[in-house]
Amino acid sequence: MGLLDFVKKIEPDKKKSPFLHTLFDGFFTFLYSPDTVTKGGVHIRDGMDLKRTMVVVVLAMQLCYVFGSFNIGHQHFAATGQYTAFLDGFHLKLIYGLIQLIPIFIVAHVVGLGIEFWYAAKKGHAIEEGFLVSGALIPLIMPPDIPLLWLAFAVAFGVIIGKEAFGGTGMNILNVALLARVFIFFAYPTTISGDEVWVAGLAESGDTLATTYNWFHTGLFNGIFESLGWDTFQAGMPVVDGYSGATPLALAFKEGWGAVTEQYSTTQMFWGAIPGSIGETCKPFILIGAGILIATGIASWRIMLSMLIGAVACAWLFNMWGVTPFMEVPWLYQFYMGSFFFAMAFMATDPVTAASTTTGKWIYGFLIGFVGMIIRVINPAYPEGWMLAILFMNVFAPLIDHYVIESNMGRRAKRNKITGVAVPVTPVAEAVAEH
Amino acid sequence: MIKGTTKSTFLLLAFLTLSLSASAQSSSGSTNYLLYGLIGVIGLLLLVAILMVAENLLHIEAKQMGVDKSGTNYSIFPNGEEIFKGKSGSLPSGASVTALKRGHDIKLAGEAEKVINADIAGTTFALQPQNFIGISPIPKVTVEKGDEVKAGDPLFFDKKNPSIIYCAPVSGEVMEVRRGEKRSIKEIIILADKEMKHRTYDLPDLATCKREDLVEFLLASGAWPMIRQRPFDMVADFNIIPQNIFISTFDTAPLAPDNSFIVEGQGAAFQKGLDVLNKLAGNKVHLGLSAEGASSVFAGAQGVEINYFSGPHPAGNVGVQMHHTSPIDLKDPAWVLGVQEVLTIGKLFAEGKFDASRVVALTGDELDAPKYVRTYQGANVGELVKGNLKGDNTRLVAGDVLSGKQTSADSFLNFFDDQITALEEGNEFEMFGWLLPLSPRPSVSKTYPNFLFPDLKFKANTNTHGEKRAFVVTGQYEKVMPMDILPQHLMKAILVNDFERMEGLGIYELSEEDVALCEFVCTSKQPLQQILREGLETMREQA
Repeated sequence: MGLLDFVKKIEPDKKKSPFLHTLFDGFFTFLYSPDTVTKGGVHIRDGMDLKRTMVVVVLAMQLCYVFGSFNIGHQHFAATGQYTAFLDGFHLKLIYGLIQLIPIFIVAHVVGLGIEFWYAAKKGHAIEEGFLVSGALIPLIMPPDIPLLWLAFAVAFGVIIGKEAFGGTGMNILNVALLARVFIFFAYPTTISGDEVWVAGLAESGDTLATTYNWFHTGLFNGIFESLGWDTFQAGMPVVDGYSGATPLALAFKEGWGAVTEQYSTTQMFWGAIPGSIGETCKPFILIGAGILIATGIASWRIMLSMLIGAVACAWLFNMWGVTPFMEVPWLYQFYMGSFFFAMAFMATDPVTAASTTTGKWIYGFLIGFVGMIIRVINPAYPEGWMLAILFMNVFAPLIDHYVIESNMGRRAKRNKITGVAVPVTPVAEAVAEH
Repeated sequence: MIKGTTKSTFLLLAFLTLSLSASAQSSSGSTNYLLYGLIGVIGLLLLVAILMVAENLLHIEAKQMGVDKSGTNYSIFPNGEEIFKGKSGSLPSGASVTALKRGHDIKLAGEAEKVINADIAGTTFALQPQNFIGISPIPKVTVEKGDEVKAGDPLFFDKKNPSIIYCAPVSGEVMEVRRGEKRSIKEIIILADKEMKHRTYDLPDLATCKREDLVEFLLASGAWPMIRQRPFDMVADFNIIPQNIFISTFDTAPLAPDNSFIVEGQGAAFQKGLDVLNKLAGNKVHLGLSAEGASSVFAGAQGVEINYFSGPHPAGNVGVQMHHTSPIDLKDPAWVLGVQEVLTIGKLFAEGKFDASRVVALTGDELDAPKYVRTYQGANVGELVKGNLKGDNTRLVAGDVLSGKQTSADSFLNFFDDQITALEEGNEFEMFGWLLPLSPRPSVSKTYPNFLFPDLKFKANTNTHGEKRAFVVTGQYEKVMPMDILPQHLMKAILVNDFERMEGLGIYELSEEDVALCEFVCTSKQPLQQILREGLETMREQA
């Protein structure tokens, strides 16, 4: 236990420097499970704790990270017509994606965890694990070209207003990661809703878009690649003619399914080699993550299933209605576009903000699916609905629970009325036995 | 059943809608499919409606005839379990069986060997007023240090309820009246005689005596505190006639003693005890039996209603059984007893002496030889486990690991205890213990491979395996709570002192042992039993 002794020795004093102590405690409990024992109540505890719960969710989304970072690069090069086959220029695409993604990841965590640590020190409680998941989710739902300063603002907004204002992990009403995303959406509406944001690294040069690179690309990695005799990053490559960078959803909204298939094949959309937020595009990998969450019992399969049913039902109704091109998109194909599965697997199932009763979960999921599809298809400003639908239903989840609880109480009251026979009171004669 | 039907109907409809719409899509342009589809859906809905009406009519009819009991199936659909259930030859035909699905059996190493050991009964015994819920903390002690008492002689009584006598479990000399905080009486310790002397009674004739006389005799004899009253788990109120008295004959808690084994050879006393209780109950005495097999003493009990229960822990909890047999309420309390309390009452009437002997299971992995011992109520813990402990970093628990109380070698067993568990203290740091644990540990979570090894017996320690957090995960309590109760919402109602919700969500139906499993599985490590007890105390003061 040499390491343990060493770590214990550097523990800062709690009174003198509460912030350092909180920080130490946060990292120490990661390294070592504490030696606390049960007291009063049960004598043995389940091996499951919040850290383990959260880390399983983070692990479940790792494939999305892998695919996301590669897809950032792929979309970047696809725009200029270079390496159009998915695995061509593998090293360039991967490195490009990582250079784009890692700063986003770092900023999200530094800002979010920093706030979390500060609040924990201020309130004098241990660092809670909630941001582990939020922090992992936020990069995946951001556009790849997100300016880091905006991101920092968004994360701070999400964590402070969304969570700490309500008392920290477990107390929040709105999903923290989505709140950060919605901040970006409403604070920078003109930039975020266009076609340009979904592909990274293109800047105006003259009257066309062309690739731009920074020191990491041209200075660091080009040097390495050259020495290996590999292809290098070429700045100033113009985008191919007619390129728009539009996502399938944007195309479908304007011109219907036909326009989408002109640009993207269904296979491509299914596997996720399309522009979009970083982690949302690859359906198989998201579904693997969802599978992990369901198999381990960490996320509610009820919410996922009912959300799917709700979305299918709504899309089907739109097919029947069919007055705009988007409504006529066959219901099945709605699921090839956009971030439905990501929202279903990782966003809607957040236990804190979702409905907490079993019946409530069915209703909650169904309504997210239904409302989200309405927003996606009808909302003219932004053709995607899950973020707003989930936040909307987050607010309504307590109401749903309220009625489920009321019904439980009503059932009990009714039952007691039937079976509850008043107890006859017999005066047992003068108390027995004198002492 | 109705609920099940609606659920399957819902799923069927959902599936149908999907397949219909898929076919409608694949042949885009042809409205015929859509029309047929709609007709099909309407037809199906009609059929479902007719079936549901028929189903409900059948239920109403059954209810009116009074034959709608648990275990019966008055439905137009066969019960799925009836079709797939294997032939259980051990159960008598027509037995009422409640199959409970939710719950979890924690399998621990250190089960007691099925031999009753009579030579380590111990020499000191104590009666602890704090074991009785609802009495004042400073009762009137009627003995002094040095007094000689016989088994059954009064030791103290509650000033609020002087008629209820609390009596000596053994004969001997009063060694000490030990006081606790604020001069409350902690325990009255008796040094037991080698040869037990018993107080003599004038027994009432069970066949002819009136209920009032019987109550009076039980109060005066000192046997009354054996009876507990739910809600609140308090000493039974002798001024009421409860509708039902419940006895669970099996305990599903980890390493719990096997009552079928304990009761062997004491069938007559048990039956006598049931006869006494039958006179006390307004309606019925309910005996809860394990559907997995029970002693013939229980299965053959006369004059009582026998209900079988199958399923994992907490199926053996009397609270769960009451919920499924005849749920209680503040205005409709029930009395509950353990098997060994029934035996004591039975022997009082059969042999005319107060026999507080208890078979206690010494269990747990930290014991060299887990076994059963025959001793008396309130035995000294240290004397029972002497020379049997493996190490010294051990926690002794009076009761089971879920709802027992921490105890020590110089303490005494509580009034209702029939088990001692010895387990290792988990006061050690574990590197990455939350992520990659070094040793197997019990868990209901599928993030551990435990579910692949259903028969693995765990060596558990008392580590909390994580720190306390706010409620985050939802639905996990419900998975181990085989009652129509929302534990998490009830706990939150207690924490904010919302009386209406506490009542409405069924706080009266619960006792600590019923939420103990929820506390075990809790990811946020919340102290649910403590919260529940606080809620119950608040409600008891209000009542």
